[in-house]
Amino acid sequence: MIVKRLVRWFDERLGAARFVRTALNKVFPDHWSFMLGELALYCFIILILTGVYLTFFFTPGTKEVVYNGSYTPLKGVTMSQAYESVLRISFDVRAGLVMRQIHHWTALIFVGAIIAHLMRIFFTGAFRRPRELNWMIGVTLLILAIANGFTGYSLPDDQLSGTGLRIAYSVVISVPVVGVWTAFLIFGGEFPGNEVLTRFFVIHILIVPAAIAVLLAAHLAILVRQKHTQFAGRGRREGNVVGARLWPTFTAKTIGLFFFVFAACAALGGLAQINPVWIWGPFQPAAVSAGSQPDWYVGWLEGSLRLFPAWEIRAFGHEIPNPFFSGVLLPGITFMLLYAWPVLESRFTKENREEHHVLDRPRDRPVRTAIGVAALAFYAVLFIAGGNDVLASRFSVSVNLITNILRVALFVVPIVAGLLTFRVCKELAARSPTAGEPEQPPGAELVVRTRKGGYVDVDEPAKTP
Amino acid sequence: MSTDEDVQEQKATNRIAIGFGITALASLGLAVTYFVLGGQEQLEGSLLAIALGGLGYGFVQVAKYLLPQGPYVEEREALPSSEEDQAAFAADFERGEGWLSRRGFLLKMLGLAAGALGIAALFPIRSLGPSPGKSLFRTKWRRGSLVVDEQGEPVGIHTLDVGGALTVFPQGHVDVEDSQTILIRLSHEAVVTKPGRELWGPEGYVGYSKVCTHAGCPVGLYQQQFKKLLCPCHQSTFSVPDGAEPVFGPATRSLPQLPLMVDDNGMLRSRSDYTEPVGPGFWDRDT
Repeated sequence: MIVKRLVRWFDERLGAARFVRTALNKVFPDHWSFMLGELALYCFIILILTGVYLTFFFTPGTKEVVYNGSYTPLKGVTMSQAYESVLRISFDVRAGLVMRQIHHWTALIFVGAIIAHLMRIFFTGAFRRPRELNWMIGVTLLILAIANGFTGYSLPDDQLSGTGLRIAYSVVISVPVVGVWTAFLIFGGEFPGNEVLTRFFVIHILIVPAAIAVLLAAHLAILVRQKHTQFAGRGRREGNVVGARLWPTFTAKTIGLFFFVFAACAALGGLAQINPVWIWGPFQPAAVSAGSQPDWYVGWLEGSLRLFPAWEIRAFGHEIPNPFFSGVLLPGITFMLLYAWPVLESRFTKENREEHHVLDRPRDRPVRTAIGVAALAFYAVLFIAGGNDVLASRFSVSVNLITNILRVALFVVPIVAGLLTFRVCKELAARSPTAGEPEQPPGAELVVRTRKGGYVDVDEPAKTP
Repeated sequence: MSTDEDVQEQKATNRIAIGFGITALASLGLAVTYFVLGGQEQLEGSLLAIALGGLGYGFVQVAKYLLPQGPYVEEREALPSSEEDQAAFAADFERGEGWLSRRGFLLKMLGLAAGALGIAALFPIRSLGPSPGKSLFRTKWRRGSLVVDEQGEPVGIHTLDVGGALTVFPQGHVDVEDSQTILIRLSHEAVVTKPGRELWGPEGYVGYSKVCTHAGCPVGLYQQQFKKLLCPCHQSTFSVPDGAEPVFGPATRSLPQLPLMVDDNGMLRSRSDYTEPVGPGFWDRDT
């Protein structure tokens, strides 16, 4: 009764009943891998909830203050306001540390979920026509997520993040012609610069999140307009979508997922220490320690900087320094290739004349799958190289040896992984030639055991006794 | 016929109620943790996880047992609009911009206006930072700067034993990033690391810029046994007796050497600033 009256009240003013009803009946296909995007979405919501809380206490200042809070080992130490406020959040704000740690853990999972989602889209061919635009929005979201991770990581002004900023500054000044100017404009002068924390703060809490929110809305709107892809299967065709309705079943399920994701982040935030900045200490330009690793999603860039040989270009009185190749060119090419992939692939397959709504099984696209796995292997080696010093001390070998091995592995491992994947795809595809149909030899029938212990064909559904 | 289903539904309802009840209890626990215990992050995280997990469990059970399972089939209507609609849209759009595209001159003028305004809008960006000028070519070291350690204590010829290393700054500029210098004592006699640097290493002391020429990290690890400096960030390695030439890792350039001298009181001073830019490379470095 009340629902009816509410509907009437709103519909008389908005006239949205028909549209909203269509939305409520929208069908979501069911597959575990379709949750990965939702996972990223919910991480973003958790990040905003915890992040807003943190902004109420954080001061992005470089002004030096003497610490006088409750963490005794740093009492009397001179530090920036930013670092001091992070210590305050961690030790003197009730529930502050758990919020900070949930925020950090969720950020790590956020980027991971986006990459897993991207992999799902890639390996199943969900980026093909008509979804090329949404693929590009997705790649942009990944870049923004990494950017927001890095700016957020830099804010506490601790020893580790200061080292990261120093490297970022060096990478920026390596850009030909405009590098030095760009770095000076970003940092407000020569490193360390007095402005960078304030600016990163604004970028981290406003500009990038706003951009993510807008693009996320576009991402979802396009998804609703184009409807979901689905795996092949009984009754699933290019021309339909089979699954659960948005309202109520999918809604209940996805709310459940949201709470589970939040629960996992909360458990990590409470029980697993993350980025204990009070151990790293405040940033001092002359200090650094071995085993300085960034957050995981920057690891591949760190590895690239470590593996790249001592090459650079000097000519006509100018220089293109070494970090340009490993720190600018490599990620530049990476993201360009990602953006271009749908177009590149359709160039070769000529498949973009019609729409694709039924997903590929990775095995049915051995070349694409092999390229994808090879690329993953390439970035995995870079990621491992980001911890070459940790590996060296763990295995008690020289870091030079590890580095040289990884330099070779960077090219060998992807090729081997790609060839192997191609082979496995072929084998798997030969074993189950048709996508979607139940994998059974011809003539066999599906048999179900009943409660009483009898057996029946599925064509005659078992009767409840 | 559906007694079985009724039982299932009843069981699910019970499970959901338990899930929600756990949430309520854990929330109570959160209140106790916050107000009575004064906050405790492990408890807070665990209780929050239990509270949220209870809700999540409840909702998933609802979706699985109390709501219609389907599967439902939705037909996909064609994405593209009809040809007529597309043509009509194009026509409507052209009605709005035809005044411009039919007049090439106006189009050019509008382009000029937009370009000029766009460039003018860039000017404020200039306020974001100072001109780099020569700042990357200079540090705070000057002729006669007294060498001091991180506490500001002057460094004399007896400060280090052979094999010792120390981070130093010019007096009055402790902790200035681009002026950090690693001082190493290689022997008791003057050390010449390269031709032309005959006077730079008095009493066995050599000073190198501590800013790595690769990506700017402090080259902090001195391997006394091998007389090598190692950057902990990306493992560039520099050979100290040979003018800190890079021998491993991504660095392409030697660490710049600080010309040192000893004053009448036996204190170390710099003869001048570094003779080349310190730190990582950049486009105009060699000009």
